[in-house]
Amino acid sequence: MELRKDYFADVRKDGLHEIGQPRPRLDSPGHVTGKTAYFADRNFPGMLHLKMVRSPHHHARIRSIDTSEAEKHPGVVRVLTARDVPHNVYTILILIQVGPEDETVLADGKVRWKGEAVVAVLAETERAAQEAAAKVKVDYEVLPAVFDMEGALKPGAPLVNEYHGQNYYHYDSGECRKVRFGDVEAGFARADHILEQSYQSSPIEHAPTETTGCVVTPEGNDRFTCYTNTQAMFFTLDNASIILQMPGSKLHFVGGTVGGGFGGKVDVIVEPIAILSAKLTGRPVSFIYSREEEMQISSPRAAEKVVIKDGVMKDGRIVARKVTGYTDAGAYSRHSPYGAQKGAAHYPGPYTIPNVWIDTYCVYTNRTPSSAMRGFGVTIGDFALEVQMDKLARLIGMDPLEFRFINAYRDGDMKAHRQRTEGAALIECMQEASRAANWPVAEKYMAMSSYRKGA
Amino acid sequence: MAKVPVQFTLNGSEKAEFVESGTTLLHALRDKIGDTSPKGGCHQGTCGACSVIVDGELRLSCLTLAETCSDADIRTTAGLAEGGVLQPLQRAFLDAFATQCGFCTPGMIMAAKVLLDRTPNPSREDVVEALSGNICRCTGYEPIIQAVLTAARANSQNAA
Repeated sequence: MELRKDYFADVRKDGLHEIGQPRPRLDSPGHVTGKTAYFADRNFPGMLHLKMVRSPHHHARIRSIDTSEAEKHPGVVRVLTARDVPHNVYTILILIQVGPEDETVLADGKVRWKGEAVVAVLAETERAAQEAAAKVKVDYEVLPAVFDMEGALKPGAPLVNEYHGQNYYHYDSGECRKVRFGDVEAGFARADHILEQSYQSSPIEHAPTETTGCVVTPEGNDRFTCYTNTQAMFFTLDNASIILQMPGSKLHFVGGTVGGGFGGKVDVIVEPIAILSAKLTGRPVSFIYSREEEMQISSPRAAEKVVIKDGVMKDGRIVARKVTGYTDAGAYSRHSPYGAQKGAAHYPGPYTIPNVWIDTYCVYTNRTPSSAMRGFGVTIGDFALEVQMDKLARLIGMDPLEFRFINAYRDGDMKAHRQRTEGAALIECMQEASRAANWPVAEKYMAMSSYRKGA
Repeated sequence: MAKVPVQFTLNGSEKAEFVESGTTLLHALRDKIGDTSPKGGCHQGTCGACSVIVDGELRLSCLTLAETCSDADIRTTAGLAEGGVLQPLQRAFLDAFATQCGFCTPGMIMAAKVLLDRTPNPSREDVVEALSGNICRCTGYEPIIQAVLTAARANSQNAA
């Protein structure tokens, strides 16, 4: 790796001794000797195994649940339903006042996506739990379901989540998160060209090699130790405390070692029900997703739709941008209201555009709830924006890299969401990319700077 | 359920257990004997995280029945380092930054060990082929390939 110290040499003290030098990871010795302790490497005598009975329907009312046959199955110790959960309706971001609580730990009266947890079965062996789960009888009344965001937003669409009352998240700004900057219509009116394009993505599963799960052991003093691969230790602890109506002082979370997460392990799904199971049985409990559950049940990256309308001048300046973004939260909020909001701030991209109008919607559908994944809220947006930038450059017959130099944000520029740009480095990155990729641009662009005035 | 006796050598030590018929070698190693270095990533033979060496052959322990391993010589990543001294293969994984989350690492090392035991001077293609059954979802394949090639060179220098 080459470290280019000439960039920003006049504005920083050069204390970068580590970058570009190989340094051993602290956790590697454990990895190469097989000694690193993942949550599932904990095994306790008498440990029970938890298996979920899951909804086979995308949207259905639950008429009745009959667990009697499952309870009689050899090896079964306990069967749990919604009424066993102290605070069954929750939402993860309530910790930062993003409500309402809209999701059930175990389904109560209704299921809103295919795979939703309905009944938890605890047994001496994984196999007994699996067999008993198959004996739980749930009587469903199937309801019409909606799977696409445009359909969900149409009048008369099936209502996915009653806790919201409509199929979108209601921000304090209304039905969507809004950014208004300059006069976008005036910008379009004076633009030489206008290009409106629509971009869509499908949900993406993180597919970590280690599946989601936890192992919980009661400590005998009414405290519980939860070994977990959560990526969000304190979110999980605090939400578990709310769901279980149990002070955090009774919960000891052990984690930090995650066999691949990529954002897929930030939801609070397995820990509360496993801790409750340990409390109600007095025994250690293991709840580990099968590979099938990891692929089908764990939250994916949201499907998104991004509609971008740009006004551009022949000289390469983008003078107006209007974006409508849609984030498919699936049946429940989890982290999606935050992701959609992040998109609203992000859609101008790293470009300075004088007139901007952005609406981003967080939409509920009867799909698997989506949540965090690597830059969620902006990653799909970046795909859309950069494809749009290439199309705009082509439209006006300009080199796509030079086109980006013309519009690149620089220190002091005001962004559409009213944050002044500081510490920009896009121009320098593009200059280096131009050299590294042997994609020459005009000398005036190579003389530009993110922070030096006049350059 | 009726139990069956299983007796084998694990990393040079005699082990004996009673297991339920149908128990996988992965389950026996991890939950009965306590060697948790093989990992259960899929339990269906697709990810390679559970790879161990049985009588010199690379095996997916999640698809191997424990009762078929009687009298076998079983090797896992937990038994590689002798007296706390890392093998060149392990050292190479460390130095090449070939671990990220680490969950695939014990399986990768097992697959690489079988390759190097048979083909001391493998080509890059040999390494890619040998690791093709092991998934690294952190997508760190290139450093892993480099680590195996580095270990091969270290081995041949030691032998010379």
